[in-house]
Amino acid sequence: MRLYAAAVFAFLYLPIAVIAVFSFNAGTHASQFTGFSVQWYGKALSNPFVMEALRTSFIVALSSALIASVFGTMAALALQGRVRVVADALFYIAVLIPGIVIGIATLIALVTLFGWINPLLALLGPEGQAPQLAMGYGSLIAAHALFSMSLVIIILRARLAGMDRSLMEASADLYAPPFATFRQVTLPLIFPGILAGFLLSFTFSFDDFIIAFFVAGSETTLPIYVFSSIRRGVTPEINAIGTMVLAVSLLLLVAAQIILRGGSRKGAS
Amino acid sequence: MQSLPHGTSATDPDTKPLIAEFRAATKRYGDILAADALSFGIGKGEFLSFLGPSGCGKTTALRMLAGFETPTSGEVYLDGERVTDVPAYKRPVNMVFQHYALFPHLTVADNIGYGLRQRRPRPDRAEVARKVDRALEMVRLTGFGPRRIWEMSGGQQQRVALARAIVNEPKVLLLDEPLAALDRKLRREMQIELQTLQRQLGITFVLVTHDQEEALSMSDRICIMQSGRIVQSGSPTALYDQPVSRYVADFVGKSNFIDGTLMTRSGNAGQVQTATGHRFAGRLAGPLGPGANASLSIRPEQIGLAHAARDGAEPVTVINRIFLGEHTEYLVRHAALGDLLVLVARQAEAAEGGFAPGDAGHVTWAPEAGLILGLD
Ligand SMILES: Nc1ncnc2c1ncn2[C@@H]1O[C@H](COP(=O)(O)OP(=O)(O)O)[C@@H](O)[C@H]1O
Ligand SMILES: [Mg+2]
Repeated sequence: MRLYAAAVFAFLYLPIAVIAVFSFNAGTHASQFTGFSVQWYGKALSNPFVMEALRTSFIVALSSALIASVFGTMAALALQGRVRVVADALFYIAVLIPGIVIGIATLIALVTLFGWINPLLALLGPEGQAPQLAMGYGSLIAAHALFSMSLVIIILRARLAGMDRSLMEASADLYAPPFATFRQVTLPLIFPGILAGFLLSFTFSFDDFIIAFFVAGSETTLPIYVFSSIRRGVTPEINAIGTMVLAVSLLLLVAAQIILRGGSRKGAS
Repeated sequence: MQSLPHGTSATDPDTKPLIAEFRAATKRYGDILAADALSFGIGKGEFLSFLGPSGCGKTTALRMLAGFETPTSGEVYLDGERVTDVPAYKRPVNMVFQHYALFPHLTVADNIGYGLRQRRPRPDRAEVARKVDRALEMVRLTGFGPRRIWEMSGGQQQRVALARAIVNEPKVLLLDEPLAALDRKLRREMQIELQTLQRQLGITFVLVTHDQEEALSMSDRICIMQSGRIVQSGSPTALYDQPVSRYVADFVGKSNFIDGTLMTRSGNAGQVQTATGHRFAGRLAGPLGPGANASLSIRPEQIGLAHAARDGAEPVTVINRIFLGEHTEYLVRHAALGDLLVLVARQAEAAEGGFAPGDAGHVTWAPEAGLILGLD
């Protein structure tokens, strides 16, 4: 049994470990370790295409995570105090649906939408000058925000459900109008959940390839860049990028976990 | 308002001006009638308790006064103003919650100052700090201000909750089973502390509890509740001596009940006959008529226990003896009447000689000690 578990972990993590190790390879070959060097990191970080993709990924991740946190929080608050079996089930399903389905669905939805709106927009100005909707930042951010919102809602629903309702009543009893109660009691108590949701959303967006591939239009996110470069062969530079993405993601995930754990200990007075 | 049985009144308008009043306040949750046309007044400076078993509507009544629930019908008045639809944050009352509901993200001092900081115009920091310190001193927690809530013990949290409420000088302080989570010794201490505090501050206290000892020891007046209604209200002594029903007698103090049928009644005296044919005389207060199901209630301390048989004494066997210091509590068994509780004072026991389980004895009580009550 332990051997079996060890084998599973080996299959899971060995390829990742190989990537991390070879990112420090001094040689150009992806399969022959010839010495330790960080030159590929330098190469990756000075490659304008990589930096451009990184910038795109960062903007998309930050924007979608912000939107998901704000609207996810509002949705969770609106559903607060109610048992909503169907709503909860739908949020979970949204998280579990394979990315490829979301990607295709978003693509079809957006293409259809653009097909309706663009002819209308075309009426606004002469040929070629009227604004036209197209895939790009907007569709990337929208698709990621929509997916991440389910994550945020699930985290916050759990947190709100574990929160003592009488705290809000106590605040009202102590003369705080509803918004003051929200600002002084509800928000501070669910803030760790919002922060964790934000970090998870950011990580999801930053790492996502499948959904982005469908809706990115002419934009290139880091995972899309990596995918297209790999077709020209795996270089230590790609390994370096992969390792950096991995490190950032792990860091954010661990931070989110710590925030959620620490927050819930305090929240349960 | 229906007329209440004699000797009790839900409102006491002649003694004190009213600070709060319910007028036929009803609260329904679907099919459940949690408050059934509650009508009563609360006198200024009074310590009033709602006493009744779990689920009888005590919390609902309190929450309608706090503003967390709006009555389905009827009105609530506070200090002469109609507040039926006024939200909680605009009502000059404060509540001590059953599980304290202290804010876990704030310090003890910030919890206590919370209500003061919501005032507009906002009082300055120094004034808030001064009032918070005074409140801490009042609940004997001087110096605990900077602590976090989870660093406080249960009893200390209880006091913080109390301080957080009284610091606002509310017109009415509402307490929902505030001592239920404390252990016995601490509860007794807090009862005394609450009572002292209430006298010191002169604030009206409304307490909800299912613990009769708590209600009896602290209140000026108790409202006994049964399925959403107040069945009797009065001073602890009045409730103990003149309960209007078996339900009340059972809830206030301990009592023995002998169930049967009211056979005869003349004025305030009547006779109850048990299913086994035993007849007992007793006092009668309610509107009960002959033929009604009734119960003879005799308080344990009004029953005498003797070795020798006397005229009118009933033979019993001693089942159990519990020494309580000043008193000894005996459980005795009568062949027809079942088990009876007898409380014997120390001196009486010394004079008569003690009983051991298994001993035979005889119980007697004065006819006026028996109170004939309706069964509801
Ligand atoms: N929010 C609510 N929704 C539905 N039923 C309720 C609600 N609050 C109280 N009840 C019901 O109303 C009745 C009285 O409750 P409550 O006032 O809490 O009683 P108590 O405080 O005397 O235990 C109970 O039957 C309870 O189940
Ligand atoms: Mg209750």
